[in-house]
Amino acid sequence: MWLSSLLIGTVRLLVGAAPRWAGSSPTNAQRIYFANHSSHIDTIALWSALPPALRARTRPVAAADYWGTSRLKRYVVLQGLNAVLIDRSRTDPNANPLDPLFAALDRGDSLIIFPEGTRQHQPLPGAFKSGLFHLAERYPHVELIPVYLENLHRSMPKGTLMPVPITCTVRFGAPLQRIANEEKQSFLNRARDAVIGAAQ
Amino acid sequence: MSPQQKFYWLIGGIVGLLAIASVIGFILRRRAQSENAIAVVDNLNARVNAWWSMVAVFTAAFVIGTNATLVMFALISFFALREFITLTPTRAGDHRALSLAFFVLIPVQYWLIGIHWYALFAIFIPVYAFLLLPALSALAEDAENFLERTAKIQWGIMITIYCISHAPALLLLDIPGYEGQNALLLFYLVLVVQLSDVLQYVFGKLFGKTKIAPIVSPSKTVEGLIGGAGSAILIGATMWWITPFTPMQSAAMAFVIVLMGFLGGLTLSAVKRSLGAKDWGTMIKGHGGIMDRMDSVVFSAPIFFHLTRYFFTLADSPSFQLFPGLN
Repeated sequence: MWLSSLLIGTVRLLVGAAPRWAGSSPTNAQRIYFANHSSHIDTIALWSALPPALRARTRPVAAADYWGTSRLKRYVVLQGLNAVLIDRSRTDPNANPLDPLFAALDRGDSLIIFPEGTRQHQPLPGAFKSGLFHLAERYPHVELIPVYLENLHRSMPKGTLMPVPITCTVRFGAPLQRIANEEKQSFLNRARDAVIGAAQ
Repeated sequence: MSPQQKFYWLIGGIVGLLAIASVIGFILRRRAQSENAIAVVDNLNARVNAWWSMVAVFTAAFVIGTNATLVMFALISFFALREFITLTPTRAGDHRALSLAFFVLIPVQYWLIGIHWYALFAIFIPVYAFLLLPALSALAEDAENFLERTAKIQWGIMITIYCISHAPALLLLDIPGYEGQNALLLFYLVLVVQLSDVLQYVFGKLFGKTKIAPIVSPSKTVEGLIGGAGSAILIGATMWWITPFTPMQSAAMAFVIVLMGFLGGLTLSAVKRSLGAKDWGTMIKGHGGIMDRMDSVVFSAPIFFHLTRYFFTLADSPSFQLFPGLN
């Protein structure tokens, strides 16, 4: 779609977003890519670093309370990025906010998620929220790929409207191994360490 | 010969050179045995392939015309500054200054060349940007390492925008008897600089023993410099027919270009290392970043521009006007 090409072209011109695969390679396996979150262009940067064939089946997860609020934003994330919207603020207390993600995974799509839940000011990720743990438990066959997005906190720090051109390398790490009966917190710490590990 | 015909001869010559380089690379690759030799030859071939692409882009811009050439150099400045800022520790407080540098300074500097406004072209960055950029950063109220940050950003802008823009600025010079041929002069500059780099690399690989600056730039050798620079100056002298110079003048100009190019490579290598990197980036396969290819142009372009302007243009020529169109 033209909007996807425009978004990808712009992000490449500004930050490059060249992929570096270390420990994993671009394959057709169903995956959850999870990355550090520091700017609004994180999603497009990670998405455009994937080969086109994989990108077509990989859907970024975006917050409905931010991206669903205006028609333009909705149009951009849904049409341009083929995103799955997630209700971070739980407007309906009875619904599981992860339901749309389950639906996408059930269809065989891969996902891009930012487990910190919100953008950080610093280069290394903060604590992870539990969503990734629930997804990993429910879909044991889906590969978990840690991704480190370099420099984007410098390109577009929280509070700025316009990214400054600074080269960002998208570093894909080795799949996160599952450990049977692992506690939630220990899994989330390991996942976070895997993203930090991909930064090296 | 018309300027067009000269241009096609030049392109033909370069394509011939590259074809020979590709054939040599192919033969070397088949002969290479040791792991080390294979790595060197693979890098050589990656470099030659990148040269094909760079020559294609450069030629296309030349054929399309002045505006395309300006846009191409503006993009070179853009990517060069992007590489420079990536390696420079900036902070959130520099965001506005950096936005201004990328999205205003670059287009304006090249637009000034396009409208032949020499007087402002020459002072726009060293005067206006020099003062405004740090003021913008100061307004962000972040004093940590303020002078270091400001100085590094200023240096990056001078090198990647101001200095590089002096190469296409050759297009705005009015040289009596050379009207309509300035593009060839730009071609001459780029050709001599890049040939000098390539020949220094080749002579260095073949005969290099004595390192000139082992800490700052370990690949530079005395043998490479003498062989490469000497032959680049000779080639520059024999290219006098595409310039407004006599053969002797052309040799002298080539000497200055080669010398400045060498100093540029050396200086920017020191800058790169002080920023903790070996290459400026990964944009050009086999070469590193765009700045690894432009480092010598950066130093030679402004000096070549001013020498040509001082000795080969008239004092009342339009490029000396305060404002284009006024007199």
